[in-house]
Amino acid sequence: MKAGDVAYFRAQSVSDAVAAFRSCEGDARYLAGGQSLLAAMNLRLLTPDLLIDIAHIDALRGIERRGGEIRIGALTRHAEILSSPIIASHVPLLAAAAPWVAHPAIRNKGTIGGSIAFADPASEFPAVALALNARIELDNGDSVRFVEAQDFFLDLYETAAEPGEILSAVWFPVATPDQRCTFDELARRRGDYAIVGVAIVADFSGEIVDRIRIVFFSVGSTPVRALRAEAALTGTALVDTDIELAQQALAGDLSPSDDVQVSAATRMHLASVLLRRQLGKLPVPTPKAVRA
Amino acid sequence: MTRPIAIMLTINAEPVTAMVESRLSLADFLRHQLRLTGTHVGCETGSCGACLVMQDGRVIHGCLTLAVQADGSAIQTIEGLSESGAIADLQAAFHERNALQCGFCTPGVLMTAQELLQLEGVPSREEIRDALSGNYCRCTGYQAIVDSIETTAQRRAVGEAEQPA
Repeated sequence: MKAGDVAYFRAQSVSDAVAAFRSCEGDARYLAGGQSLLAAMNLRLLTPDLLIDIAHIDALRGIERRGGEIRIGALTRHAEILSSPIIASHVPLLAAAAPWVAHPAIRNKGTIGGSIAFADPASEFPAVALALNARIELDNGDSVRFVEAQDFFLDLYETAAEPGEILSAVWFPVATPDQRCTFDELARRRGDYAIVGVAIVADFSGEIVDRIRIVFFSVGSTPVRALRAEAALTGTALVDTDIELAQQALAGDLSPSDDVQVSAATRMHLASVLLRRQLGKLPVPTPKAVRA
Repeated sequence: MTRPIAIMLTINAEPVTAMVESRLSLADFLRHQLRLTGTHVGCETGSCGACLVMQDGRVIHGCLTLAVQADGSAIQTIEGLSESGAIADLQAAFHERNALQCGFCTPGVLMTAQELLQLEGVPSREEIRDALSGNYCRCTGYQAIVDSIETTAQRRAVGEAEQPA
């Protein structure tokens, strides 16, 4: 299908874009890479009156270290994340997730800001943001505020961003030497939306887990932290019996529903399989080498 | 209807000026206004890869890009890549190995292959398959496509070794 009639405005600055948003009487949408938005418009799931193209605002670009965090500008494309040495060394979980985001042509155009602002529950980057509790930078044209990822994803496609606010950057904490992470997902075809996926980050003292965050995606209306499984694993050395307890705890953490792909029971089973498999990989991190 | 917008861009190295509706996809602009019908339109949701073109040297979906977004950029379509001879070896390898049957997916597959082959080194078969994950082919079963891309990568590597730039 084709997108419906829509007006288009190319903004030169954030304040320019927000002014256009505020003066629009109908439904205005910010357009960055458009890899989710335009697909939804082609399906007529979304029929905005105005598209405000923010892809040419230079202030929304760039990857840089700021103290103990890495600030990633909203317009950073998935392909740039895949090839960034800063992200590979300081935000390895994000680097591990990037190859799983769609297909090469989508990664050439789609942006991290768009992915997180769109908040698709089957998307990889919202899950990574929640696992690392990234800070989401929101700009309303006059001032900037921050929302932690754990307070950002409210419901299906619903976030803590106020109408008109632009997601301008995402701030990830720099990984510590004692931190290990892993990411995986199951899909029918490589690059398709996951049936179930998981992002795990853990801080170790020697072989003992001090702190672990486990986030599943594609199992609910937002990315979901597996708090009971985390509790079962904290203070353990991730031996088989610990992992079995975490798998059992998962039943209290996740409540997936049936969809056209798989039943809730299958999804729950696959989540448990994925958890065991990925926890087994945590002690020896093997980042996946990928051609960007 | 919202009023058309003027865009200026280069298509296959030729400057183009046009008036477009803002809702018009780049793929439909190429096909309907410029009659460059080598870019195909399949799913229109970024799944099938039939509409792939290059924008400023990177492969993108023509169905998930608006023509107005392409204003000021350099687009290369399959017609441009074919006529310049840039992918003549790749096309020959596809021909030799029968790597197409109906041909609907082929322009998009060639785009993906060309971008992959511009990276350093010879990609493994697994890397070729991974790159092709966004291209649906319902005829060939992919085996011949992977073979052709692998053959071209090897030939280009040998060619570069024999003729250092």
